[in-house]
Amino acid sequence: MVGKLASLPARSAALQPRRRPALAEKGWVRWLLIALTLGFIGLFLVMPLTAVFVEALRQGIGAYLAAIVDTDALAAIRLTVTVAAIAVPLNLTFGLAASWAIAKFDFLGKSLLITFIDLPFSVSPVVSGLIYVLMFGAHGWLGPWLQAHDIKIIFTVSGLVLATIFVTFPFIARELIPLMEEQGTAEEEAALVLGASGIQTFLRVTLPNIKWGLLYGVLLCNARAMGEFGAVSVVSGHIRGLTNTMPLHVEILYNEYNFVGAFAVASLLALLALVTLVLKGLLEWRFGGELRALGH
Amino acid sequence: MAIELNDIVKQFGSFRALRGVSLTVEDGEFIALLGPSGSGKTTLLRIIAGLEVPDDGSVRYDDQDVTDVGVRERNVGFVFQHYALFRHMSVFDNIAFGLSVRRWPRARAHERVQKLLALIQLEGLERALPSQLSGGQRQRVALARALAAEPKVLLLDEPFGALDAKVRQELREWLRRLHDEIHVTSVFVTHDQEEAFEVADRVAIMYRGHIEQVGSPSEIFEQPASPFVMGFLGNVNVLRGHVQRGRAVVGGLEISYPQHPHDQARAATAFARAHELDILRAADGRPSLEGRVADIRAAGAVVKVRVYAEPFGVVLNVDLTPERRSELGLAVGDVVHVVPRQLRVFVQGYSI
Repeated sequence: MVGKLASLPARSAALQPRRRPALAEKGWVRWLLIALTLGFIGLFLVMPLTAVFVEALRQGIGAYLAAIVDTDALAAIRLTVTVAAIAVPLNLTFGLAASWAIAKFDFLGKSLLITFIDLPFSVSPVVSGLIYVLMFGAHGWLGPWLQAHDIKIIFTVSGLVLATIFVTFPFIARELIPLMEEQGTAEEEAALVLGASGIQTFLRVTLPNIKWGLLYGVLLCNARAMGEFGAVSVVSGHIRGLTNTMPLHVEILYNEYNFVGAFAVASLLALLALVTLVLKGLLEWRFGGELRALGH
Repeated sequence: MAIELNDIVKQFGSFRALRGVSLTVEDGEFIALLGPSGSGKTTLLRIIAGLEVPDDGSVRYDDQDVTDVGVRERNVGFVFQHYALFRHMSVFDNIAFGLSVRRWPRARAHERVQKLLALIQLEGLERALPSQLSGGQRQRVALARALAAEPKVLLLDEPFGALDAKVRQELREWLRRLHDEIHVTSVFVTHDQEEAFEVADRVAIMYRGHIEQVGSPSEIFEQPASPFVMGFLGNVNVLRGHVQRGRAVVGGLEISYPQHPHDQARAATAFARAHELDILRAADGRPSLEGRVADIRAAGAVVKVRVYAEPFGVVLNVDLTPERRSELGLAVGDVVHVVPRQLRVFVQGYSI
């Protein structure tokens, strides 16, 4: 939950237009707006984030470290990293293919495809998880067939990966489509006329042009993949040490009144969010011009 | 290398971009495809390059049918309107790209790029990125990149369209000199007639997916083959009327027209350029049109006079030399007679 929360405000902050001096308001209006904004950020972002670390360290650094190297906690960390390591490259491949198709070709059903890519953004994550239970669960559409072939998806790592892919599906494609549309096809055509093959054109012309946008998309996709709670909660089955990802593990520990443990693991997710923010900031600072084409 | 296009047809959805175009470009020739937007000139160029495949018809390079040969194997040089330089590569790497994908030996490729850098007068800028160059410099880099692998054909798609007038003029002259040096068969797309006539050996005028006329600039100016060509060349007076029994009656002018001796009248349009009209104080027996001087404007070497012939609702644009104007002592409001030194009559396909 924390990872998800942290990635959203960063997005909307970047979307705010630059302040223009021509629109300068009266002094008190300006101060009121600034105070309101800072108050909100303090109340809803900074305080909870601080609370996570304060609570995690309440019983000292020793207890904090012990909570993290706990067997179940380590298993949860390993599982989260595994799921992200599978889901992110798959979405990277899909995102590249989809944005390539949408930006460089005209075909029937293009706008429908764009709508479908956005679907995971508009569907509640819990519903996303339920979809997979309905399809692959014991009483789902494919349940009997899967059982007959001894394939288990729900309550296994496969289920977690599927749900995570669904939820993080739009991130990379959404970054790349506007970028590639803006760049057009002229450079690719130039490369082809000059004698380059399709692969050479992709590796030497297309990829270098989109690499920063791609990295940006991967960053956001990864943050969400690791922080996802709702969808994976439905398909996980909450088997300790087996199908518990970090966000799920936080919940379990919290429900067991193990506050130090819960906040220790939560602090790792919060750190991930902070690292993502810093990397994103660095990317924007270093490659601002190239990223501006993204519309951020 | 010569290029031969036979009956090229290309359709985009319901839009017929090319309706059976045939054209032969001689080896070493510099030809311009000139026409308004939507006339199919860029599509034709892309078909020559292999970037588009024609729905029907064939493309030949010398004796080889290349209609189904992919763009990679054709070895053409293509210059895009908006440069299409690889934005993340230096000037050097841009020019060397075609050589590197064609596996030229390093030393030879390096030598070739240096030679081209000298040709486009950008030595010392080989490490610069395209974004650090001016528009004119970028287009020169694009030209060098297109020429690098010694293509058999150079194709240019409105190469100077995005540049300002002065740079455009310089590059135009430079391109013409370059062609005189290297003699690569070149096809040049433009909507700017001045550019086409100045640069090309021959001009093909395109309109609505077909070629209206092909010829040298002087042939086209002196013998326009159709009303469209006349109108497109600009600053033309249009007079409408009909032909009948060996006479043409257009906009109040009556002249002899022996090509149509029939009793059946046909609609006709006559064209005269502004400099092909003269102004007289009094009619001298030649066919003329009476009107009132509405406007006189000196524009450099010519004086542009507008004469309004009220009974026929016609405004005529007449270009006079300043000497002729002072000889006539012309002033606004004078009643004058306009005489065509030359008038081209086109008879329409339908009768009236």
